[in-house]
Amino acid sequence: MSTLLGLDVTRIKADFPILSRTVRDGRRLVYLDSGATSQKPVQVLDAERAFYTQHNAAVHRGAHQLAEEATDAYESARATIAAFIGAQPDEIVFTKNATEGINLVAYAMSNATTAGPESARFVVGPGDSIVVTEMEHHANLVPWQMLAQRTGATLRWLGLTDDGRLDLSNLDEVVDATTKMVAFVHQSNVLGTINPVETLVRRAREVGALVLVDACQSVPHQSTDVHAIGADFLVFSGHKMLGPLGIGVLWGRPELLAAMPPFLTGGSMIEVVHMEGSTFAAPPQRFEAGVPMAAQAVGLAAACDYLTSIGMDAVAAHEHELTGRAIEGLSALPGVRIIGPVTTEARGGAVSFVVDGIHPHDVGQVLDDRGVEVRVGHHCAWPLTRRYGVPATTRATFYLYNDAADVDALVDAVKAAQAFFGSA
Amino acid sequence: MQLESMYQEIILDHYRRPHHKGLQELYDVEVHHVNPTCGDEVTVRVRITADGAHVVDEISYDGLGCSISQASTSVMTDLVSGKPLEEALAVQQEFLTLMQSKGADIADTDIDEDLLEDAVAFVGVSRYPARIKCALLGWMAFKDAAAQAVAAKEQT
Repeated sequence: MSTLLGLDVTRIKADFPILSRTVRDGRRLVYLDSGATSQKPVQVLDAERAFYTQHNAAVHRGAHQLAEEATDAYESARATIAAFIGAQPDEIVFTKNATEGINLVAYAMSNATTAGPESARFVVGPGDSIVVTEMEHHANLVPWQMLAQRTGATLRWLGLTDDGRLDLSNLDEVVDATTKMVAFVHQSNVLGTINPVETLVRRAREVGALVLVDACQSVPHQSTDVHAIGADFLVFSGHKMLGPLGIGVLWGRPELLAAMPPFLTGGSMIEVVHMEGSTFAAPPQRFEAGVPMAAQAVGLAAACDYLTSIGMDAVAAHEHELTGRAIEGLSALPGVRIIGPVTTEARGGAVSFVVDGIHPHDVGQVLDDRGVEVRVGHHCAWPLTRRYGVPATTRATFYLYNDAADVDALVDAVKAAQAFFGSA
Repeated sequence: MQLESMYQEIILDHYRRPHHKGLQELYDVEVHHVNPTCGDEVTVRVRITADGAHVVDEISYDGLGCSISQASTSVMTDLVSGKPLEEALAVQQEFLTLMQSKGADIADTDIDEDLLEDAVAFVGVSRYPARIKCALLGWMAFKDAAAQAVAAKEQT
């Protein structure tokens, strides 16, 4: 069964020590919460450990041998991660997480108000609009709400259709000549929907707006080429793609990064400092104040290498199969409704659902009792759950280490929840 | 296997047939509490008597959420209804202690089972840190409402 889907899942699972542990009194762990955070293979853990045991020093400081090696490891990691998304190394800024990457751009835009003329194109104010969608994770919504609040700009959004897609019927009205930024999620963390990037980018270009893509749920799961996407900024997090916690990536067009004022300031990001004022380093250093997370960068590069060795197209195809199986299995249960597209077309491996008569928390509790670990709640996309008239959903997300048995365990566990609560 | 210890019959009964659910017109104070991690919400209305005892003579609620949060709120309304506020808040404090007991055998703790009555059924919840907030939602709303009701009485 494990090679049925093209990937040797048994072999892959062996790289993830945590997947061999048991939970809740000896149950096999069925980890279906990779959309929240993925598990880590030994290759990533070993790379991080090797950095600390062999090369640890503060990067971009000092001239001793360890500082050289640490800096080299950090910058090599940047090159590997850049190549993974088809970018150049100096287009990659390391952040604490994707949330910080979005905040970096949003705060740079408000800082542009008081920066020099080179930053003029980032300035927003009264009369300007910022456009998001109703399916955004709070991380790609709240920073824009706050930017609008700070600058007097207006926040607008694209709505959703009943079948879990973006409603583009009024795209030309929502994104208009006043629009300065269009920020949207590539793949929804709740619905699984993969948004039509090309259509959105084309409309943004027509009106001269900047484009930021939240790629947290797409970069880990499909082959990504930032130039093909055509956006201005793209963010993703390391921990959702087999990498360590504590590192995210902001990719930006080099000419934009060069013109953008800093967000966080301090050491490392300066050019010259006087008591009266300072000038700033070129990107990416301008946006990496303080001693950076070198070990995490090294770990994330190892994760990219791991994924590359398996092949992102194979990963995507594998998850596509699992998603189809999950949609089929869950849809067949009376009283279970999927929130999101019910086909696998333009859709990734996040499957959210509600079970009649059982609150998602209670569904999750029964699943957990059987070792099936899913996410329950609003998934940091409260407006989205509100849009679909549900207080919360149960969400399963798949990755390369899941197999058909995991999907079947999910479906069986949902049946068990219905039996326990007597709702089916 | 663990499920039965968490979802005791009393809890499921209160979930299916809640008590004091449906907001009543007689109240001094209304509070609305949410659990931001899951979106569960509860509105509690409380009226207390004007005498020194501040007896909880009216309590009602409405809410949206899991069986634990809703059943716990239902049990809470039964337990505090008709009690002088000091006694009601003592039960509230005991329930908080129960939720913080990390699944310990009640016999090994100082928890007063008699004081908790039906609420003791929630002991299994204390073993699941993610669910403790569900169980406390209505109780914390009551505590908040009670404090506001007292403040309002003392002002007038």
